[in-house]
Formats: sequence, C-alpha cells, structure tokens
Amino acid sequence: MDIALEQVEYRYQPNTPFERLALHNISLNIPSGRYLAVIGHTGSGKSTLLQHLNALLQPTKGQISIGDRTIQAGTKEKNLKEIRQKVGIVFQFPEHQLFEETVEKDICFGPMNFGVPQEEAIKRAKELVDLVGLPKGVLEKSPFDLSGGQMRRVAIAGVLAMDPDVLVLDEPTAGLDPRGRHEMMEMFYELHRAKQLSTILVTHSMEDAAAYADELVILHHGEMKRKGPPREIFSHPEDLESWGLSVPHIVRFQSLLEKKINHKLGRTCLTTEELAGELQAYMNRGGGN
Amino acid sequence: MMEKMIFGRYIPGDSIIHHMDPRSKLIFVFAYICIVFLANNLVTYGILTMFTVLIMLVSKVSIRFFLNGLKPILWLVVFTFFLQVFFNRQGDLLYHYAFIRIYSEGIRQGIFISLRFLLLIFLTSLLTLTTTPISLTDGIESLLNLLKKVKFPVHELALMMSISLRFIPTLMDETEKIMKAQMARGANFSSGSLKERMKAVIPLLIPLFVSSFKRAEELATAMEARGYQGGEGRTKYRLLIWKAADTLSLCLLALITILLAVFRT
Repeated sequence: MDIALEQVEYRYQPNTPFERLALHNISLNIPSGRYLAVIGHTGSGKSTLLQHLNALLQPTKGQISIGDRTIQAGTKEKNLKEIRQKVGIVFQFPEHQLFEETVEKDICFGPMNFGVPQEEAIKRAKELVDLVGLPKGVLEKSPFDLSGGQMRRVAIAGVLAMDPDVLVLDEPTAGLDPRGRHEMMEMFYELHRAKQLSTILVTHSMEDAAAYADELVILHHGEMKRKGPPREIFSHPEDLESWGLSVPHIVRFQSLLEKKINHKLGRTCLTTEELAGELQAYMNRGGGN
Repeated sequence: MMEKMIFGRYIPGDSIIHHMDPRSKLIFVFAYICIVFLANNLVTYGILTMFTVLIMLVSKVSIRFFLNGLKPILWLVVFTFFLQVFFNRQGDLLYHYAFIRIYSEGIRQGIFISLRFLLLIFLTSLLTLTTTPISLTDGIESLLNLLKKVKFPVHELALMMSISLRFIPTLMDETEKIMKAQMARGANFSSGSLKERMKAVIPLLIPLFVSSFKRAEELATAMEARGYQGGEGRTKYRLLIWKAADTLSLCLLALITILLAVFRT
C-alpha cells in the first residue's frame, strides 16, 4: 500500500498560548514494500509524523493519501478503521498497552476489533507467539506476570495479528538488552521481506538505520532535511552533526582509518562485513605495505 | 478535548501577579469568593466587574484565550440565566405566552447571577493560570500550618498534593498515548451506544491503573533511597517571600469590600 504525504503541516493546540508547530512542509512518498527509517534529534517531530500514517493525527495543512483513501486537512474523516487495520503502529514502550487477562485475549483484541472471527484470531495468536520468540504456554498467562521484554513481544504480536500491510515502528527496541534488540530487528526485517510489508522505523540507532533501511529520512525541528539511501546520507557526516545526529560507528571508524592510511576506500561501508570486504580488496591490490 | 480546558493549567508569564506570593493569592481568591456575594445592584456589580477586568489585564493573560477556554462551561452560565428568567416571578410582567411568563426581576437576577458566576470563574482560573502548581501547594501547606496544632497531617497532605499535581500532566500524556495505541488496534472511543462506550474504556483504564501502581512503587523506592523519612526535620528549598505587592493586593481587596458594603442596597 502506497503512502504519500503532500505539504503536510501539523500544529499542536492551534490558537492557544500552547500552540506548537510540530511538522512543517513535509512531502514524502512511501511506495509499497519500502523499508524507510526516520531519524532525527529528540523533539524533531518523528513521532508526530508517524501518527499521521494511520490518521491518529490529521494534518492541519496539506494532505495524505494512504492506499486509496485521501485525508485532507480541515475535513472530518469518518471510518478510519480500514486505514488503522492496514497500517499497524507499534508505539514506543508498547508493553504499556496490554490490558487483557491472558496473552491470547490481548493478541486477539486487535484483529477482533476489525471483525476477524475468534477462531481465526486465536489461530493467528498461536502462530505469532512462535514468531516473536515467546515461550510455549505463554498464551494462557496473564500479560502482567511476564518480564518487560516478553511483554514487549506480546504487544508487538498484538499489532502483527491485525495483519497490516504497513508496519510502523516507533523505537521498538528502546530499553531492550543487546541480544533482544538484535533479535527483534532481525524479526522485523524477516517479516518485511517475507510479507512484502512496507516498514517505517523511527530510531535513534544509526546502526539499525544503516543496516536495514532502503531509504532514510532526516527530520530536524519538524522539517524534512534530507531523504535518500543510507550510504549517500552517511557519507556527509558534517551535515548530520549540524542536526545533532551522528554516523554509525562503522562509518566513523572507516573515516578515521582512511585518514590513517591516507587512502579513500571505494565506498562508504554501512556494516562491518562491507568494510571487511573493502579492506580485503584494498590489501589484495597491494595497499598498506 | 482536554486541550481546550484551561482549568488548573499554568501559563508562564512575567506579570506582577505571576510574581506574587501564593499565600496572598490564595487568601485573595478565597476572600473574593466571599465578597462576590455582597454585590446586589448595578453599582456594586459594576465595581466588581471593573476590578476583575483590571486584574485580568494586569495578569497579561490573553483575554481571547480566556474566553476560548471558558467555552466548555459557558452552557452552565447560560443555563442559570434561563433558570432565573423562566422561574423568577418578581417584578413587572414583561412577556406572557402560554405557560411562559417573563418578569423584569427575572431578567435582572438572571444577568446578575450569570455575571457573578463568570466573575468567580475568571478569578479562580486566573489563580491557577498565574501560579505554578508547586508554589500553589507550598502556599496551601504554609496556610494550613495552623492546623498542625490540632494534629492535622499537613505535611502529608501537602506532599500528596504536590505529587498528584506533578503527575497530572504525566498521566494525561500517558492516557493519550494508551488511547492512541488502542485506537491503532481498532478500539473505538468516540462512537457506539453507552454500553459499548463504557466497555471501550476498559482497555484504557487497566493499563493506566497498572502503570500508576508501578509508578507509585518506583517513586516510593526512589524517595526512600534519597533519604526521605517523613516531614519531621526537613528544611525547605523553596521559600515563600511576602512582598509589598502582596500586602497591597489585600489592601485593595479590603477597599473593594468596603465599597461594596457601602453601595449595596
């Protein structure tokens, strides 16, 4: 499902002393199957932006088309349910949204709201428990008896159970241990590939953005400063620094190394493997002697 | 919805009223609530209205914002007005149609009572608009200190008040966040029958309570870890200072009270 934002502006609490311009002049195209990462400093409007993607917030100017629906500023939209089913959002700290007596009921809450019959919802819940890496037998437990990391997984399963076409992730790995982070990011990437999902990831981790995204969007004070493939964006570290951002460790390492050996490698490497490959090629050409 | 409400909100500002001692403001508002009932004719209501408008101007809070924020309770004012108009049977009969009888005294009283309502609302919301919640609780604690003599747990009350006030915005944010998360999962809070709506609140209430319990536990642990042992023997970081403006404001109030007492009929 394609999503397109045209000249979107969003103001919080318009016409009060608390008025705040959160987004400004955002035009963005997200074709189906794209993995997009949104990065920006705290308070740059990332979370506001992603709430527009399933019409939780509606723009104060401009328009957004989500699939075949168009949401125009200033018009009251009815029947947003179909959009919300197609675009699943995993909010920051999603474990706070659990409320049912059992994990199974909680996972079924989403799909059943969208009219999926109970048997089907339970079937999905059973599959998802495996997929998100929860132990067997967790379905009958109360979500409040689980550990923080497990609660997070249940909450994510609850969103995936709606079978969305677009998955929006707001810092899904914040507060997890390194292994949990890695597992979760891999799981999302696997889903993205297997189901041809559009994935939109909001993250502070430049490493994740570099490793998974096809395209990066940089927000700064509610404005879109840059858009493009990670390799291109991360090859201009000065720009990133001016917006309070940094490059992934591996990119920084590469630039330090290039200074040391006084030689530019072929391209900006985004992962350790890429850099290892480049170095190998450089050595084979006889450099470094 | 909640964005429109101005009750209990604080707008940072730099007026004389913003810098006044919370104690004098509290006494002022409390006394004002009492003297509003002294007014009973055109002159006295005129004095009060002018006085209130003056205070609002001094506070530098935008009048337009004020009026916008009062929209949600305007119906109450209108309701009292019409109650008086339709049911007060004093004075001359002005209009008569079927069972509706409107008397001059009804309209007069209606206007006066709605005006009294408005004045009270204006001044009391001005208190919270110009005073930070923290200094408000400091003020209340200091005023209640007299009650310590009768074994009233003043410190505990003040502590609970400041903690609650501190967490109102946090809880509001949290409510909104959970609401949005559940809406993203297809929950519907804004339509359906009464029963459906009440059911829809469960996915909002349970997470809120759970997180409040967690928050309370964490806060208590953090307070103990920082050496909190109750109110005995604590010193104060924020000191209340009574300034000339505070004395002046109370004198002004006394003056108004005398004026009202003289001109009322």
